[in-house]
Amino acid sequence: MPRPLPVDLGGLALRSPIVVASGCAGTGKEVGPLLEPAGVGALVSRSITLAPRIGSAGPRVAETPSGLLWSVGLQNPGVAAFVEEELPRLVRTGVPVIVSVTGGSLEEFVAVTSRVHVAPGVVAIEAHLDRPDEELDRPSFCARPERAAEVAGAVARMSRLPVFAKLPCLLPDLGDAARSCVRAGVHGLTVAGGLPAMGVDAERGRPALGSVAGWLSGPAIRPVALRAVFDVARAVPGVPLMGGGGVTTGPEAAELLLAGAWAVQVGTATLVDPGAPARIAEGVAAYLGAHGVSSPADLRGGLRTGDGP
Amino acid sequence: MKRARAEVLSVRRLGAYHAITLVAPEIAERARPGQFISVAVPPGRAYLLRRPFWVHAASRRGGWAGTFEFAFDVRGPGTAWLARRPSHTSLDVIGPLGRAFAYPRRLRTCLLVGEGHGAAALQFLAEELRARGRRVDMLIGGATLEEVFKPIEAKRLSTNLAIVTRDGSLGDRGRVIDVLEERAARWGTEVVYAAGPRDVLRGVARFCRERRIPAQVALEERMGCGTGLCFGCAVPVARTDGTGFDHLRACVEGPVFNAARIVWDRWGGTEDAPAAPLSAG
Repeated sequence: MPRPLPVDLGGLALRSPIVVASGCAGTGKEVGPLLEPAGVGALVSRSITLAPRIGSAGPRVAETPSGLLWSVGLQNPGVAAFVEEELPRLVRTGVPVIVSVTGGSLEEFVAVTSRVHVAPGVVAIEAHLDRPDEELDRPSFCARPERAAEVAGAVARMSRLPVFAKLPCLLPDLGDAARSCVRAGVHGLTVAGGLPAMGVDAERGRPALGSVAGWLSGPAIRPVALRAVFDVARAVPGVPLMGGGGVTTGPEAAELLLAGAWAVQVGTATLVDPGAPARIAEGVAAYLGAHGVSSPADLRGGLRTGDGP
Repeated sequence: MKRARAEVLSVRRLGAYHAITLVAPEIAERARPGQFISVAVPPGRAYLLRRPFWVHAASRRGGWAGTFEFAFDVRGPGTAWLARRPSHTSLDVIGPLGRAFAYPRRLRTCLLVGEGHGAAALQFLAEELRARGRRVDMLIGGATLEEVFKPIEAKRLSTNLAIVTRDGSLGDRGRVIDVLEERAARWGTEVVYAAGPRDVLRGVARFCRERRIPAQVALEERMGCGTGLCFGCAVPVARTDGTGFDHLRACVEGPVFNAARIVWDRWGGTEDAPAAPLSAG
């Protein structure tokens, strides 16, 4: 049995600070025991919309140095089929399930949330806000802090479960967006996700991805995620914060905890090795042991900066 | 699927390819033709993704019981590292992965069409079809003699064999697609299995649709995880109710698909022979 490493995200108790990031947990029937559920704090489902989406054309993935370039286009079966078929399977994996909800309008976010927050086995909602705002015709709900807060707040008011507003690492004023979402009533924040990116296949004179524009994940983005988590933790101290970006080992997860995360999301590493989240959790336990720290929470924001000891 | 630290029994050259034999009884026991395995490449950060490869032989009995083989061409740092693995070191392997070829219930005369390393997926299939009393004919090709996958093995496994190369260094000059029609007619083909680059599979699908010959194709699409988690290896497959298509994952709903249901115009796919079987090298 892995050593338990409980963390408390403002009343949401997880047995481990390591969470499988959205889009990397499958549909509950893929990897089975290879995920080593006992070592994982929670998994975040793929992002769910109201209607089914077939997603973007391939190729959807390309390897880059220390990174994974990808664009899936939010392929998902729609909330009705998700709640009916996929969610029960995710719940049966034995890992607490956080459902990622998204939409092109405020109304869609709320409608998806209304179907998900009462479904058995769900422990929290993550509102995936960094996607096109079709209502206001903007590239992202996160383009303006007040819009991100408006949508996140509406999801939070609808949901009986804790809601985490997911913000991207790259925003002109990430701290402001975080504060706005917290004022609007969200329980916590997630700062994670790929950075906008693309690839070119010069040999064929074509984009590397079928959708042309995509996202970069993996170890290449870890310093960017650290900075974003650090900024948000300072902007909204005391607010539960999940951070993620390129973590593949226990000490790297500890870096994010030191920067201010309460829990760490692991995405790309899970794709390379379904056992990575559990292994990283063990690595965190070993790190804590080696540094005489009893709980992941004791690391939180413990970065010694400036003239500290 | 199982995960194993599998011992490398041997790494050897097969013409243009390298073949690795691994000791992994749980994978060898379960593997079926058309399935693949994924292998982690060097520890470190520069190259992250596991590399997927067709299983082209698996031994369940005899002196080699518990071993299986996969082959690849060296086109990138991941496959270059694999080609240098010394015997008795180990590899981190997950498998078998994906849906295997289905065996025909009634039809008896099978034509296996492959080009380049894609033909690897067919060697294992030929063994299993023969064991089930089916007649196996093979049509395999490559750019050059070296790129024809195990031609001597193909000779042993098939009743009729045709080999084509683009440069004419072995068999007729051309592509497998150029001779498919004539051979299928001459050999009385009732069912077709194909593996290889996109243009070959597409040509096979078109021919089989016209002739109403059932065909299964083993696709090569770039993969993120190979285990179904990431939805990275999307293949457009027509819905059975005629209302359009869905993106199915090559790694779990494939890599073997009914050729008639692939929406070829929408499949980005790998344009031509990819760097390594199914992956980026």
